[in-house]
Amino acid sequence: MERLERIFLVAAAIMLVAFLAALAYSSVAMGIHLPGHGMAIHYTHEQLLRKVLARTPPFDHPGVRQLAAGKYEVVIVGQTWSFTPGKIRIPAGAEVTFRATSADVIHGFYIPGTRVNLMLIPGEVSEMTYRFSEPGDYLLICHEYCGKLHHTMSATVEVR
Amino acid sequence: MTPIVFGSSREFSLPQVQRDFVRWNIYFGFAVLAVGVTFGIAQAFGYVGLNTYKHLPGIRNYYQGLTIHGVFNTLVLTTAFSNGFIALSTARGLGRPLNGPLLFAALWSLILGSLLAAYAMFSGQASVLYTFYPPLQAHWTFYLGLTLAVISTWLVSAAQLVTLGQWRKDNPGERIPLLAFMAIVTYVMWDLASVGIAAEVVLLLLPWSLGILAGADPLLSRTLFWLTGHPIVYFWLLPVYVSWYGMIPRQVGGVLFSDKLTRIVFLAFILLVPVGLHHQYVDPGISQGLKYAAAVLTFGIFFPSLMTAFAVMYALEIGGRARGGTGLVGWFWRIPWSNPSVSAQVLAMVMFLLGGISGMLNASFSMNLKIHNTAFVTGHFHETVSTAVVLSYFGIAYWMVPYLEQKELRLPRLAVFQAFLYFAGVLIFSNALIAGGLYGMPRRTALALATYGLPQWRVPGIVAAVGGSMMFLGVILFFVVLVATLAGQKSTVAADIPFTETVTAPAGAGWVVQLDRLRYFVLASVVLTLAVYGGLLMHSIPPHLAARALQYP
Repeated sequence: MERLERIFLVAAAIMLVAFLAALAYSSVAMGIHLPGHGMAIHYTHEQLLRKVLARTPPFDHPGVRQLAAGKYEVVIVGQTWSFTPGKIRIPAGAEVTFRATSADVIHGFYIPGTRVNLMLIPGEVSEMTYRFSEPGDYLLICHEYCGKLHHTMSATVEVR
Repeated sequence: MTPIVFGSSREFSLPQVQRDFVRWNIYFGFAVLAVGVTFGIAQAFGYVGLNTYKHLPGIRNYYQGLTIHGVFNTLVLTTAFSNGFIALSTARGLGRPLNGPLLFAALWSLILGSLLAAYAMFSGQASVLYTFYPPLQAHWTFYLGLTLAVISTWLVSAAQLVTLGQWRKDNPGERIPLLAFMAIVTYVMWDLASVGIAAEVVLLLLPWSLGILAGADPLLSRTLFWLTGHPIVYFWLLPVYVSWYGMIPRQVGGVLFSDKLTRIVFLAFILLVPVGLHHQYVDPGISQGLKYAAAVLTFGIFFPSLMTAFAVMYALEIGGRARGGTGLVGWFWRIPWSNPSVSAQVLAMVMFLLGGISGMLNASFSMNLKIHNTAFVTGHFHETVSTAVVLSYFGIAYWMVPYLEQKELRLPRLAVFQAFLYFAGVLIFSNALIAGGLYGMPRRTALALATYGLPQWRVPGIVAAVGGSMMFLGVILFFVVLVATLAGQKSTVAADIPFTETVTAPAGAGWVVQLDRLRYFVLASVVLTLAVYGGLLMHSIPPHLAARALQYP
């Protein structure tokens, strides 16, 4: 019996290590990374965060910007209960970096069907790079509860 | 092999005041569950586009109802049941009563706290969900209520430790009886784990809601919340493990194999407190390195869970074979399924296997990018807390209520049916939500009113409503059995709790004895927590209290 127990535990340990190795592979070889430390936005409780953002680049001009050939930056501000801008057009196959933050409470930032999945936290900038290979209309939704009209907070992403 | 009875096998009858403490805790918990599931069925209907909240008296919207559903079921019910059941296990394991005044302070602290939080939620001043992320702000009574609920658990822990101290003085050099060991370690783990949420609520949110602090620090609050928010699931699960390890083997006619392995599993949960960062995989402001470290530690938790799968399954197999079961899996059908206490808890274990798999997917960070905050998560925790834990509560209640009341369990066949119906309901419900989550269906969003949607969310929504309705019926049947039992005649059944025997006795010498010295493990846990969280928290001191409140959202 104790032998059986040992065999089971060794098998369990090997399984867990194999899973971690698969994760490491997804990160190193497939280039799937978690968002890390972003830029912080400094403000105090006397200031309205919305106004601070209006004079803090890049959030003073939300929208789509081409950085280089095939490289785009999308700057988005989330606030109760909308995204600015509410309509985003990007070319298919381009490398798109989303830079987003919140002007008030915590919001979510999620494009179903992709791995663009971020939390927007007031005072922090969230970043994620993604390549849309399939053209089409995508939804961008807030998937973190942010008050009574949370379920109306969405935008559209047109990939052409 | 001759089984060895562990711990104090002397006759022990629970003093009446302690019996009352356990009774009132579990009845209070189940009363709260009755309210909680009423909002649960409204949730289920929401998935097919029915907004039933407007028909519930005094309820303004979906999020108010969802807050009550989450806070009542996962915070109040679990605390009440754990306080009662763990106090009982400790008293029985050590063969001596716990400090009465401490226990009653715990009971009243929990009841008062729950009433305060209920006032805030029902009056619409705390629709912040059970994660209450600032700068969403609730009425101060909500935060004070939660604080009192946590204090109730600390009072139970204090009562345990006082009694353990007395027991050690009277039994120098003896091993702590296993049943008491499991119960005490559960609460010691929780004492450590609850520091995060206590700091968040007492130092930041409560003074902020009273206007003493000018703003909130959303990232720091989230981090402190999740420091507790993951190990809180151990606080829900470990009391159930006490039953799975300590009682189920006896109930199926088997024995627990290893005393040593059981102690190691419980201690592993003390060590693995600081893993909450995996709930913040997609948060900004936290470095990738810390997130990957959290991923590795999180996979560490699966190890004690796999050890549990082995130990508990082995005990079931001993029981099934003793009852004439043969073959590789034949023993499984021979365990006493007609005993509702057994069938409910074995079904809970089966669901915990599925919950472990969906949990592993959540913990896998590349997968987490696809499913974070989707309905997948809701599917996962209805497998774990709502079934592995709460269905086990039902199973435990099926012997504990007769034991406490000295009454026979009524309607046992209905009780068995109840467990299967609830299990089947969750199987359907959770699978639907897991599928919906993979299609990007967001969690805790009023989908019935949403201004967007995808066609792929329709079928999962319908299936979830069917499964959710079955779960609701399952809970109703539990209450039917409970009320019928309470209304029955006194009899002289169940004079003692069904606690188990182990094949190997606790060693009296060698390194294994050190397993009873909890302070080493507490110290190691504190060191590990500081290693993971120290830098992050240092950066946050003093807190950046800049975010403005969105009051009573």
